[in-house]
Amino acid sequence: MTDRALRLLLLASVFVIATCGLIYELIAGTLASYLLGDSITQFSTVIGVYLFAMGIGSWLSGYVERNLLGVFVQIELFIGLIGGSSAALLFLLFGQVGSFRALLYGLVLLIGTLVGIEIPLLLRILKDRLAFKDLVAQVFTFDYIGALLASLLFPLVLVPHLGLVRSAFLFGMMNAAVGLLTLQLLRAQIGWAAGHRAVGVIILSILGAGFGTSDRILAWSESGNYPDPVIHARSTAYQRIILTRSADDLRLYLNGNLQFSQRDEYRYHEALIHPGLARVPHRRRVLMLGGGDGLGVREILRYPDVQEVTLVELDPAMTQLFSTQEMLVALNEGALSSPRVKVVNQDAFTWLKEQSAKFDFIIADFPDPSNFSVGKLYTTAFYHEVRRVLAPGGAIVVQSTSPYVARRSFWCVVKTLEAAGFVTEPYHLYVPSFGEWGYVLASLEPIGPVADLPPGLRYLDASTLSALFQFPPDMSIVPAEVNRLNNQILVRTFEEEWKRYVR
Amino acid sequence: MSAEPARAPLAPGGRWTRRTFLATTLGAGGALIAGCTRPSREIPGEIVGASAVRGHRLRSGGFPPAEAIQRCAVVIVGGGIAGLAAARSLRQQGIEDFLLVELEDQTGGNSASGRNPTSAYPWGAHYVTLPTADAHEVIGLYEELGLITGRDPAGRPVYLESALVMDPAERLFVHGRWQDGLLPKTGASDAELKEFASFASVIGAFKNARGTDGRRAFTIPVDRSSRDERFLALDRLSMAEWMQANGWNSPPLRWYVNYACRDDFGGTIDQVSAWAGLHYFAARDGAAANAESEVVLTWPEGNGWLAHRLREPLGDRIHAASLAWEVDATDGGVRADVFDFVSGRSLRIEAHAAIVCVPRFVARRIVAPLRAKGEAPLEYGPWVVANITVRHFPSGPGAPPAWDSVFQDSPSLGYVNATHQTFARGIRPTVLTWYQALCDGPVLAERAKALERTHGDWCELILADLRRVHEDIDSLVERIDVCVWGHGMIRPVPGSMWSGRREQMAVPIGGIHFAHSDLSGISIFEEAFTRGTLAGAAVAEEIRRNRPS
Repeated sequence: MTDRALRLLLLASVFVIATCGLIYELIAGTLASYLLGDSITQFSTVIGVYLFAMGIGSWLSGYVERNLLGVFVQIELFIGLIGGSSAALLFLLFGQVGSFRALLYGLVLLIGTLVGIEIPLLLRILKDRLAFKDLVAQVFTFDYIGALLASLLFPLVLVPHLGLVRSAFLFGMMNAAVGLLTLQLLRAQIGWAAGHRAVGVIILSILGAGFGTSDRILAWSESGNYPDPVIHARSTAYQRIILTRSADDLRLYLNGNLQFSQRDEYRYHEALIHPGLARVPHRRRVLMLGGGDGLGVREILRYPDVQEVTLVELDPAMTQLFSTQEMLVALNEGALSSPRVKVVNQDAFTWLKEQSAKFDFIIADFPDPSNFSVGKLYTTAFYHEVRRVLAPGGAIVVQSTSPYVARRSFWCVVKTLEAAGFVTEPYHLYVPSFGEWGYVLASLEPIGPVADLPPGLRYLDASTLSALFQFPPDMSIVPAEVNRLNNQILVRTFEEEWKRYVR
Repeated sequence: MSAEPARAPLAPGGRWTRRTFLATTLGAGGALIAGCTRPSREIPGEIVGASAVRGHRLRSGGFPPAEAIQRCAVVIVGGGIAGLAAARSLRQQGIEDFLLVELEDQTGGNSASGRNPTSAYPWGAHYVTLPTADAHEVIGLYEELGLITGRDPAGRPVYLESALVMDPAERLFVHGRWQDGLLPKTGASDAELKEFASFASVIGAFKNARGTDGRRAFTIPVDRSSRDERFLALDRLSMAEWMQANGWNSPPLRWYVNYACRDDFGGTIDQVSAWAGLHYFAARDGAAANAESEVVLTWPEGNGWLAHRLREPLGDRIHAASLAWEVDATDGGVRADVFDFVSGRSLRIEAHAAIVCVPRFVARRIVAPLRAKGEAPLEYGPWVVANITVRHFPSGPGAPPAWDSVFQDSPSLGYVNATHQTFARGIRPTVLTWYQALCDGPVLAERAKALERTHGDWCELILADLRRVHEDIDSLVERIDVCVWGHGMIRPVPGSMWSGRREQMAVPIGGIHFAHSDLSGISIFEEAFTRGTLAGAAVAEEIRRNRPS
């Protein structure tokens, strides 16, 4: 190969390398703001770490003494593999690792370092073929043009048409292709060419497979169904778990149904726990059925006299996610790791049947009765089981859907609890992301007046607490039937009422 | 909590549209193609039940003479529901000194059940209806077992909620979709809907009808029904003839009534007496404080749950795997010669009385005086029951999974989900109990055909049936066990209910009493239980009277 052809090839490499390098940086920055929110901080820190890592790479390049071309090829292949799969790795590991930030910055550091080695190496490879002033001028020209191309391609073409995951795989393939092409043309000057080629082909096929299947691996196709970008999705034997995030809001959806919005979940969970628990005089043992997000447990733990909280959550994936993922742990204040909390992953009904010890306060925080298997957890049969393990003087609370949208459903829960022998105190509040939401507090004998609320609440105080129990005429009591296992009237009513509302 | 509802669980009603037509025909075409290209594989499982082989020893005879004699107050022959009820009845009367001889390894008869790591499941009867006010004996049992937990102010029983079939109970696959309930309303025309309504109103009238003797026209037990000739005359017609006489000819209604006859009596609308057919629809009026009257009681193992409760207190008084091959009256009472399949020896049991609780076709062979009389044979319909273990419940469009799933275009009776009465949620394995009454051809031919089929033949037949409604069934099946009931149940053919024959068969011969649902003409738990209970009481009374005091 002529010297001129080699020079052109290497300068073309600079262009591709520069484009890829900036693309990885943009992908990392975008993903970080996607997954962690707060885009200014994320972009700023990712760019900072990336540039710093490039500095490390440049410094390290000084230690490469021989076989410059061979090292260049190896670096290209390696960047292709790591950079190309970076977006997929970050998405897939988001819910799995304890510290997502460590993973993110680790990857940024690694990619930046490798990218930082590239240009100094190329300069040294080309130094005998060009005058120094031309060398510097040409290399940096291509470097900056590549950066311009990347910064235009990224928002205009890549993100809207390919998405982050596939874009990363695509540019990873380009990096690997540069390595393979260099290898092919200069194999005479590079040792162990066959081995390098085999590794290169393997990496290229891994990236190609990732590109081809990224839709299926990540199933982000459902992103369109949610108002905010999906940052985590997992299918378990019980449900589909989706986390979405916008600038300042994290949301959890189960089977497409909103479970909480970070912005106002405190309203829902304060109202779920305190109106009942603050009135139970001997509150040593608390039982939480459902509510694997730990947000209700967080509220329970505000009471120092509660000695033991048992959380019975059907889906182990939920409690795992909410006890390890750092953003979610921050949200529930590490409730699931508290020494006072015992987590049981079992069906509430099945578990309850085997219990004999009593609980002072019991919370039933199940999904809405939108299908027959969840509907069983709202029947007289279930409430009889709850009643069996309720300590004297204790109380239970049941999340009971919206008394505004599903008015008959709400009063059906009240009626069913009364049929199971409970005295009830229905209440409700406004949760902006849900609308009007209802609960039923129930006990075997009327419970005493409100003692002091714990400190640190954001919604409830003496006056909002008393307002909860007032029902305006458009939500007041309507005749309802008792929900039993053998009629599941609640599921049918709920279906009918919500269908009318969301039409 | 959630702010948005899930998909509609209810199938829409409505007319037969081009879309449903296309869905049906395309679905059928797809199933056909799938059937042609499907790779064959061997499915684990076996044909269970030893009764055919053991029972057929009666034909060859040649049992060894008894080597030992055991004495007891009463010998009960047959451990189905009638036999178990007779044992309970004797114990209630203070008689503990009895033996019960059972052909199979386990008692239970048509209420037999099995269990694998996934679930318990029925091998036969899988539910009981809420008892009518006439079924005192059955109500007493349910109170004793805690199935009836109390009474409401109106006196209606409160049933144990977890034993009542959970909603949704039934669904039907019709025109390519699952609909709620078994009445095929999907795609029915106005005229057909009108026929359903007219049928329902006639049945409603029969439910409330009483004869000149003041009794209900149809009740359970059957013998407490009215003897008013107005009703008994119905026994001379077939159900099909009676429908015809009412001018009901529409296919959907005919399918529905035919399904009910096949499901309950193992015979078609043409094979079953109109009195029996109407009894099915009109007798069940059991009231409950906490359920509608059509709700039934069921368990994962079906009526096996009841059979187990009845067996529990009997302990070693049960001689299982034993065939009573000769029962005869003696001077002082009765004797039964019993062959033990385990030891290969015969034992003679001498007792004051015997209660013969086996089907009549067996009693005719083993009870010496009956054998001498040479009774005309009764008609029994053969059945096949399969328990199919699946990785998870199969999918399908329309109504969500129910306890009982029936397919309209099928010779089978559909399947029951054994884990329906549990609270477990999520994707999990289950057992589907699939039923078919073999009533297409003459009984003897159907029975012979059924006994010839191999396990592989049955799997093929069963899967072909399930593929009609579940495209994914082949990939879900883990195991299929099959039970062939050669004499599944008595068939209430026209004339069989009120010809006087049933009463004659029930008359004791010396110390030999008879109790079996065959004597009621229909094979249901309540009949067997009531007959067993009454026979036990009669024998206890006889023993008390004869006891020198």
